[in-house]
Amino acid sequence: MLEIEKISVRFNSFGLQDVSLKVEQGDYLALLGVSGAGKTVILEVLAGLLKPQSGRILLHGNDITSLKIQQRRIGLVYQDLSLFPHLNVEKNIAYPLRNKKFSKKEVQSRIKELAKQTGIPHLLKRYPGTLSGGEAQRVALARTLASDPEILLLDEPLANLDVKLKSGLRGLLQQINRSGKTIIHVTHEYMEVATLANKVAVIENGRLVQTGTPESVFRHPESEFVAHFSGVKNIFPCRIEGNGNNNGLKKATLGKACEILFVGNEEVGSGFVIVSQEDIILSEGPLDTSAVNQLHGFIREVYLSGSAMEVVVSAGVDFVVAVSRKSFEKMNLKPEKPIWLNFKASSVKFIKN
Amino acid sequence: MLKNWRLGLVFLFLSGLILLFIVAPLLGMFLQTSGDQYLETIADAEVRRSIRLTLLASLAGTVLFGIAAIPLSYILARKEFFLKGLVNGLVDLPVVIPHSAAGIALLGIVSRGTLLGKAGEAAGIQFVGGVGGIVLAMSFVSIPFLINAARDGFAGVPSRLEKAALNLGASPWRVFFTISLPLARRSIYTGLVMMWARGLSEFGAVVIIAYHPMVAPVLIWERFASFGLAYARPVAAVFVAVCLAVFVVMRLLSKKQIHARN
Repeated sequence: MLEIEKISVRFNSFGLQDVSLKVEQGDYLALLGVSGAGKTVILEVLAGLLKPQSGRILLHGNDITSLKIQQRRIGLVYQDLSLFPHLNVEKNIAYPLRNKKFSKKEVQSRIKELAKQTGIPHLLKRYPGTLSGGEAQRVALARTLASDPEILLLDEPLANLDVKLKSGLRGLLQQINRSGKTIIHVTHEYMEVATLANKVAVIENGRLVQTGTPESVFRHPESEFVAHFSGVKNIFPCRIEGNGNNNGLKKATLGKACEILFVGNEEVGSGFVIVSQEDIILSEGPLDTSAVNQLHGFIREVYLSGSAMEVVVSAGVDFVVAVSRKSFEKMNLKPEKPIWLNFKASSVKFIKN
Repeated sequence: MLKNWRLGLVFLFLSGLILLFIVAPLLGMFLQTSGDQYLETIADAEVRRSIRLTLLASLAGTVLFGIAAIPLSYILARKEFFLKGLVNGLVDLPVVIPHSAAGIALLGIVSRGTLLGKAGEAAGIQFVGGVGGIVLAMSFVSIPFLINAARDGFAGVPSRLEKAALNLGASPWRVFFTISLPLARRSIYTGLVMMWARGLSEFGAVVIIAYHPMVAPVLIWERFASFGLAYARPVAAVFVAVCLAVFVVMRLLSKKQIHARN
């Protein structure tokens, strides 16, 4: 188990502040944050390339904060991969093996094994300068795995790859993780996290702002930042001015006059409300359902989003609603059409300022 | 378009003028020397001896001081420290001071009464009027070429590659010898060639420390001062031809290395 305890690193205008995190053996942790949030700094601190000013790092209970880089057994794959340009693929993979007392035969057999695992046996004699982005990424992974790290740190491993290559590499990362390797994966794309990680830590301006399973973080974001990051589109600043009409429900005013009801304890104040686009039902008239929020508006625009459609409805504020192609065609949804939005009070999440 | 054409013409003219300025005197020297004079000069044992001494003394200086200078180049490229600017300036000092002054300065520390002079004598190395002094003088004036080229070479190696190697479990020694040095080797090689070439041509510092045994530049000057231009020119032509030949071979070897890597 890896434990990070109150790590702080200060630069001139930026720093990590009291970052604490626990990573269990076999976890796939995604460190999620925008560029410059401090994700790579955390990786460099873990790898020993940067010394923290305070805090400590424990690996299986042993303090490794001051341990030499080469003794940590924490493998880092940089975003630029840092393959050695003067060595061919085979020698790149052999590099960490030659640091250990392996015989030539053992080195060769390990290279073959790793090349097979990462799908690069045909690239062994090539030089890094001749590899494509996806190939280079696999070589970098094979080389780091050759050092037999306890923890694999990946800095934006899927960035700059096309969709097909991403999918292949995602499969490889899953396979490496399933074989028992703990992975910490830095990314700014929440979709990467959703498909790979079993734990997420969101970092903002050098601080960890939320950690948990991808589901808990994305379904229940604890800040506007996390909500924006997790792909929530219906997030609105609001005011709470007292109880709603219904028992136990609170009323939030969005924009100038749009009012919605939600389940909560807040009396007065301001904050943000989030309505998941999957929780909103569109109808051509008011519905007789348990959904207490029924708003009338008109369609502002429609666009294709993956295999479904997204409809932007103006009802005082602009809501984004996901609908299937079939429903879209059946309801003949098009711009300017009057429409009703229906969602439950329990679908509304309030985040206090 | 017209302006571009005019600009091209001006640039071409000025470039041609500069190349002519470099090539014309050398070409003139080669053309004004007859075939007989070449043969006579090559057969002259004193000329052959001085050229051999010049080539070997400069090579010895390059190898000895070159090995010691590479760590300094690495430190200057990688580390930040107090008075780094001053150290960089010190490295360039031998280039900017008059070489006769460099010879005088060196003589001050290697003459017989000095600590270094006594140590040299005890070890059988004669600095004043000896090969040891020639090697020292050549190295003193030429070492900045190596240090600067090697420093630029190390600076061009991304430090991330060194960090990646450390992260893969390599010791700092192994990182230096397997990553930093091989990746900077093109610049280091160029620096070594430049140092060696600059050492060959040194006259001012060498003549003050060791008039004898005579290196080629001193011999050329001696022939010129004693017998005039007609006697000095063939020696100069043969020496320049030898230097050019060695230089071309070095360049070819350097290119071959680069191709092999790619």
